[in-house]
Amino acid sequence: MNVIALSALDLSFAAGLVLLLALLSLVLRLGLFKRIVIAAIRTTVQLTLIGLVLKALFANAALPWIALLALLMLSIAGYEVMARQQRRFSGWWGYGLGTLSMFISSFAITVFALIVVIGTEPWYTPQYAIPLLGMMLGNTMTGVALSLDHLTQNAHSEQAVIENRLMLGEEWRVAMGDIVRNSVRVGLIPMLNAMAAAGVVSLPGMMTGQILSGTPPVEAVKYQILIMFLIGAGTGFATMGATWLAARRLFDERQRLRLERVISGKR
Amino acid sequence: MPSSLQVKQLAVLHIGPIDLNINSKECVCLSGPSGAGKSLLLRAMVDLIPHEGDILLGGEACSQTRPCQWRRWVGLLPAESQWWYERVGDHFRQAVPGSWLEQLGFTHEVMDWSVSRCSTGEKQRLALLRLLLNEPRALLLDEPTASLDVQSSQGVEQLIKTYQQQHQAPVLWVSHDPRQIERVAQRHFVFKQGVLQQDKI
Repeated sequence: MNVIALSALDLSFAAGLVLLLALLSLVLRLGLFKRIVIAAIRTTVQLTLIGLVLKALFANAALPWIALLALLMLSIAGYEVMARQQRRFSGWWGYGLGTLSMFISSFAITVFALIVVIGTEPWYTPQYAIPLLGMMLGNTMTGVALSLDHLTQNAHSEQAVIENRLMLGEEWRVAMGDIVRNSVRVGLIPMLNAMAAAGVVSLPGMMTGQILSGTPPVEAVKYQILIMFLIGAGTGFATMGATWLAARRLFDERQRLRLERVISGKR
Repeated sequence: MPSSLQVKQLAVLHIGPIDLNINSKECVCLSGPSGAGKSLLLRAMVDLIPHEGDILLGGEACSQTRPCQWRRWVGLLPAESQWWYERVGDHFRQAVPGSWLEQLGFTHEVMDWSVSRCSTGEKQRLALLRLLLNEPRALLLDEPTASLDVQSSQGVEQLIKTYQQQHQAPVLWVSHDPRQIERVAQRHFVFKQGVLQQDKI
C-alpha cells in the first residue's frame, strides 16, 4: 500500500486552523496569540530540520553520527527537565541529576530493545534507533521532571518535619521515605494513565502513524505494545533513579538536610 | 552510666566559639533574646547543621559517632514539635509507661487521638514523651513549657526531673521564666550576641 504524500498546500490547510485558533485567542484576550504562533513555528522548523537530519542519517547510517544525534537529544531533554523545576539543585547537579538517570535508563532500554527484541541489523539502524530513543526520552523526561519537582518542593515545605524525624534518630532514608515514595508515584502516574487508556480512549500517536502509512493494524498494535512497555519501564527506572539520587543529594555525610543545595528557579 | 556533656569550641554562623560543660544530673538553663541563636546552638549540638568544634558525651565525640546514634543519645526537643501521621499513636514505637502519661495529664486513649485535634500544648507534652521513649542520655529542651498552663508545666518539670535522676542525664534547658529557672537549674547562662554569660539564679 502506498502512502498518500502530503503537499505543502495540504499542510497549509492545517496551519490555517492553528492560525484561526491564534486569532480567536486574540479576540478573547487569552494572551496566548504569541505563544500559539511561536509553538506552531517551532513545530514546523524543528520537525523539518529533524526530517532533513534523519534523511541524511538514513542515507549514511554511521554509528558516530547516530550517537551524536542521540547525545544531542539527551542534552536537550536534560535541559528541559531542569527548566521545568521550580527549585533545582545548584551547580552541575541541577543539570546532571535528571540527565544522568535518563541517559542510563533510556539508552540501556533502547539498546536492549534494538538488540534483543527487534533484532535490527546492524543494531543501530537509525530508522529504528532514533524514533525509539526519541519516544523513550520524551516520556522519561516528563516523569523525571515531575518527580524531581515534587521532591524538592516537598523537602522545602516539610523541612521542619524531616528535621524533627532526624532529631528522633531516624535515618535520612526513613525521614525522607514518604516524600520519596510520593515523588516516584507522581512521576509514574501519567505513564500508567496512558497505558490504561491506550486503545480505549486514545489511539497512541505512533500506532496511528504506522496505520496511516499503511502498516497492517495488528502489526502496528504489536509495535505499540512494545513501545508502551519500554516507555513504562524506562520512565519507571529513570524516575526512581533520579529521585533517589536527588534525595541523597539533599543530605550530607552527617545526614543533615541541606536545603541550600536547592535554589529557587527563575520562574 | 553517668556521662557529662561537653561543648568544645562550638561555632556556627555568628555564634561562638562556645565552651560549656554540663555534668551528669546537672541542669543548665539558657535564656536570652530571640534571635540570639539559642535554637541554632541546640541544632548544632545534635549535628543537624554544619558547625565548627565538637561535642562530647561521656567522652564520645559527636564527630566520631554515627549521626543517627548521636541524635538518639542527645535528644533535642524542638520549640515546635512536628507530627506526620494522622494518629498520635503511630508516632510512638513502643508503649508509653502509664505513669508518664498520667504525670502529663493523659490516659492511654491519647494514642488513638488524631493529631489534628490536639492543641499546641498537648502536642508539646506528647513530643516530650516521644523523645523520652528514645531513652536519650542527654536532653536539650527548647522551651518545653512555652505553651503550657501552670499545672501542666509542673507535670513536665517533674517528669524531666525524674528522668534526669534515673538516667543521670545532663540537661540543657532553654527557658525565659525566672521562677522556672530557679526551680530546675543549677546554673544559668544568658546568651548575648553569640556568647554565653553566666548569670545568677
